[in-house]
Amino acid sequence: MDFNLSDDRRMLKESLSRFLQDRYGFETRNEIAGSEEGFSRELWAQMAELGLIGAMLPEEVGGFGGEGFDIMTVMEELGRAIVVEPVLPTAVLGAGILADAGSETQRSLLESVIAGERLLAFAHGEPESRYSLSEVRCRAEKTGNGWFLSGQKAVVLNGDTADKIIVSARTSGADDAESGLTLFLIDADAKGLSGRGYATVDGGRAAEITLDSVEVSDEDMVGTVGEAFPVIERAVGRGILAACAEALGAMETAKDMTLEYLQTRKQFGAPLGKFQVLQHRMVEMCLEIEQARSATILAAGRMNEDRAAREAALSAAKNLVGRTARLVAEESIQMHGGIGMTWEYALPHFAKRLTMIDHLFGDADHHLERFAALSQAS
Amino acid sequence: MDMNFTPEEVIFRNEARSFLADRLPDALAAKVKGGKRLGKADYELWHDRLKKRGWLAWHWPAEHGGTGWTPIEKHIFEEECVAAGAPRVVPFGLNMLGPVLIKFGSDEQRSHYLPRILNGDDWWCQGYSEPGSGSDLASLKTKAVRDGDHYVVNGQKTWTTLGHFADWIFCLVRTDSDCKPQEGISFLLIDMKTPGITVQPIITLDGEHEVNEVFFEDVRVPVGNLVGEENKGWTYAKYLLTYERTGIAGVAFAKSGLAHLKQVASRQMKGGKPLAQDPLFATRVAQVEIDLMAMETFNLRIVSAAQHGGVPGVESSMLKIKGTEIRQEITDLLRRALGPYAAPFVPEALDAGYNEPPIGPDEANPVASQYFNMRKVSIYGGSNEIQKNIVAKMMLGL
Ligand SMILES: Cc1cc2nc3c(=O)[nH]c(=O)nc-3n(C[C@H](O)[C@H](O)[C@H](O)COP(=O)(O)OP(=O)(O)OC[C@H]3O[C@@H](n4cnc5c(N)ncnc54)[C@H](O)[C@@H]3O)c2cc1C
Repeated sequence: MDFNLSDDRRMLKESLSRFLQDRYGFETRNEIAGSEEGFSRELWAQMAELGLIGAMLPEEVGGFGGEGFDIMTVMEELGRAIVVEPVLPTAVLGAGILADAGSETQRSLLESVIAGERLLAFAHGEPESRYSLSEVRCRAEKTGNGWFLSGQKAVVLNGDTADKIIVSARTSGADDAESGLTLFLIDADAKGLSGRGYATVDGGRAAEITLDSVEVSDEDMVGTVGEAFPVIERAVGRGILAACAEALGAMETAKDMTLEYLQTRKQFGAPLGKFQVLQHRMVEMCLEIEQARSATILAAGRMNEDRAAREAALSAAKNLVGRTARLVAEESIQMHGGIGMTWEYALPHFAKRLTMIDHLFGDADHHLERFAALSQAS
Repeated sequence: MDMNFTPEEVIFRNEARSFLADRLPDALAAKVKGGKRLGKADYELWHDRLKKRGWLAWHWPAEHGGTGWTPIEKHIFEEECVAAGAPRVVPFGLNMLGPVLIKFGSDEQRSHYLPRILNGDDWWCQGYSEPGSGSDLASLKTKAVRDGDHYVVNGQKTWTTLGHFADWIFCLVRTDSDCKPQEGISFLLIDMKTPGITVQPIITLDGEHEVNEVFFEDVRVPVGNLVGEENKGWTYAKYLLTYERTGIAGVAFAKSGLAHLKQVASRQMKGGKPLAQDPLFATRVAQVEIDLMAMETFNLRIVSAAQHGGVPGVESSMLKIKGTEIRQEITDLLRRALGPYAAPFVPEALDAGYNEPPIGPDEANPVASQYFNMRKVSIYGGSNEIQKNIVAKMMLGL
């Protein structure tokens, strides 16, 4: 057994960490988050050059990683600086799906994605689907040698800046059936597709997407008709792992900032850190972060195992990370006092990202229920 | 033991209800209930309606234009106001400074300031905290040095809520440094228009402007603006803090928050059914409701004791802790109830005039901001850690 990172991953981690320290200070981050597109194309290109996107994709499609631990390594570093560039939608979700289930032509697009020249989004959730992966009301109707897509997609991460969007649609079955789902790769400027972009609470961007008889061909289909559910579940699984790892990085920073604050801020003639009640609360935070880290490592290690083992570990990690992220967000604000509530200060932005990660791919309760269901089934 | 209101109290409650039905504008209640942003004019309108009915100054005796209400009447009225969606009464002049002037001010101060507070001529803000003095308030450094008929004030206050609306600020200032910190503090009333005062906004994590920094540079304040005696300010401040703390338990706010949460949960869908019927979510809501029911009874026990002449002491600290924990838990569940739609951040939509279609359900827009904003209640008014220190010392003798 060896829990150390391989040399390649360690080097990637270090170069990414150096890059973010040099180029991605908190003020820069907030400026970028507040800009029109909500991310920096210049920094995106540099991140691609560092190999960040390629690291999260397998060799067959031009990447040099794609394992659970690659995703974990990259995302944790990004979380430490709460990077807002569209890594999750483009590299983890979009590119991950094409690598997993795309046709030759579709996979060949990944070269430009890895080079940072093309942005992707994954439009799956709908206004009423909440965290369910199988509830899809968006419909694809067969025409001669193509399809017409109609429906609504909700809170599509970076849906307003992606060049191509992978959309899930129902080709058969009831509204919540796992079978009968199909994925399509669509140009963002396709006729009939409209989006309404907006900022998110955690400094990111998302969009509501409406599909009004968007015409696509059979070649635009990703994978097999009606059998997209396992592809979607695997993609969301990688998303969950990425979100957990990102949260770990953000929790580490929030914890470090709080620790430093307790060591420097004085009240009643002593640093706050001298008050035992606050010491214990810091310890509690550290303990829970270690638990969350362990659960995430377990999930990363199980990414290639069979469905039951993999999904149980992912739900366990997302549940633990959800609970811990809330604890860290709330406690680090509380221990900072008033300063922890100010926009100008970095900490609350970490707290906001940590909180909103719970709203991605299912919250702590969703995964608690899912874990219970998965263990009953096995 | 009798846990019911007396017939007179029930009559009073009905009067309060019909007043609210009559005089609280629907549009204003809709703003409050919808979590929209309130402006100064909204508060002024509501203050004015309360004043015309003689119901603005709950904490003042009748001889000063107050309601002279008993603790139970105050409790009933607050509950009815919050349930109806009335804006809160801005507390600084009415609930904080007013009682201090009534108890410790001079006749001149009372006859000058109290009517102006009632009429809405002066808006007040509270200048206690400083960058270096939060929980350890007694260490405050803003200095007032006597110079003839004036004090000359230098220093900085921070976290000043609604300071940008205020005409006046009541401040704790240091008038003596050669003694125990608590013994060198004075309570000073300062006109915000005096030269040398600068107000700068602090934007909070939800992107809102509610608090400010206030800088004082050689600000000349007439000695007549000193409340009570020099160096006795700490006593007055502590008296005022007890008023601040009872309000902070916020039973009425918790109850209306819970009612809102239940409505939202009945509209949000999970797996084709309302979230309210989801066994796990329903138990989360039930848990906080159980806590709230007990806290409400706890609060009534304290209110009733006060009715019979008791003075709430550590109980207000305990209520503050429980009350804020419950309110925070409710906003947390509200955010979770909205699922992915808690994420959009559209601050423009908090303005009542915003008329674009909402993103997701209309009720989703304010929830994340409210959740983050609500972190403040365990920080201000004496943080929950400080309240626990008080309970440990005063009640347990530790
Ligand atoms: C939204 C908002 C509005 C406010 N409005 C006003 C206002 O209008 N006027 C005004 O004067 N002030 C106002 N305040 C200030 C408020 O009263 C202070 O924030 C509060 O007193 C805490 O002080 P601090 O922020 O400096 O935190 P600190 O005192 O630095 O405390 C930081 C952390 O350490 C903990 N801590 C400190 N001492 C101890 C101890 N001995 N044992 C254990 N834990 C300890 C605290 O509980 C807290 O968790 C406001 C604050 C906020 C956030």
